[in-house]
Amino acid sequence: MNADSARADFFVWVALLCLLALTCGSAFIPLGSMNLIANIVIAAIKAVLVAVFFMGLGRRGPLVRLVAIAGLVWLAFLVALSVNDFATRAV
Amino acid sequence: MNVDAALAPSAHGRSRSHVEQQFDDLEQQRDASNLGMWVFLTTETLFFGALFFGYAVSRTAFPEAFAAASRHTSIVLGTINTAVLLTSSFTMALAVRFANARRRRMAAMLLAVTAALGLAFAGIKLTEYGIEYREHLVPTLDFAFAPEALKRGAELFFWLYFTSTGLHLAHLSIGIAIVVAFAAIAWRSRSTDIEAKIEGIGLYWHFVDLVWIFLYPCLYLVART
Repeated sequence: MNADSARADFFVWVALLCLLALTCGSAFIPLGSMNLIANIVIAAIKAVLVAVFFMGLGRRGPLVRLVAIAGLVWLAFLVALSVNDFATRAV
Repeated sequence: MNVDAALAPSAHGRSRSHVEQQFDDLEQQRDASNLGMWVFLTTETLFFGALFFGYAVSRTAFPEAFAAASRHTSIVLGTINTAVLLTSSFTMALAVRFANARRRRMAAMLLAVTAALGLAFAGIKLTEYGIEYREHLVPTLDFAFAPEALKRGAELFFWLYFTSTGLHLAHLSIGIAIVVAFAAIAWRSRSTDIEAKIEGIGLYWHFVDLVWIFLYPCLYLVART
């Protein structure tokens, strides 16, 4: 058991809870469309923290990282092609 | 990872961590196990991704209704639940670390804590469902929403709310069952490669957490100002 790695997990957990407080708090401040952007950016930061540290993407080899990114690339295809439908509808 | 120690024969006359014949060594077996879980999680990304896309399209079509409907969700319970789930990911990460350090009992206890936090999340979520049922926010049952002009969009919001949180809860429930089973195996057993199994369920657990990280702002924080 590496004490440093456990300590790193602890700091990631604290950071995640701070980001939760930030996203919740920012929702009550009127920022217009920035509210939505702040929520998305904070969620993305939390997701990266979980993926890199808790899920070990930072420690894993290129093959695992490629598979993880491939999931996001295919999701981007799904979204991009579907947007073409919804953005060009007459109704 | 101490592969030599892992391969050393135990007092039970069987190697502590059995390498299946298709693998060269324990490390390759564990890499394959880890990669397999990641491939499964990419399919899950597309599964939940389609739901998030449906949410984005619907919210664009009914922005006022989604804002009004989101204010009917319980932000206190939702925020507490997010903290509970993030904490469960922390205990799960520690369980994986202790398992890889071959401290099975400690790993088993952390898995039990993780499962307990998962149950707490499920309990809070079901409490929210109860509140929403009493407030007539369940689509098709007796959905009521004022003002009437926003009812259609609000009903769509709650369709997405119950579908996405319900599917998330189903994933979490499966996770809890497997975590409890692995906690029991890790506590008692000495003869299976439980480290790789715990790492695999850890990845799944964190993924369920990731889905919630995006659901939380989409459902609870649309328009609180």
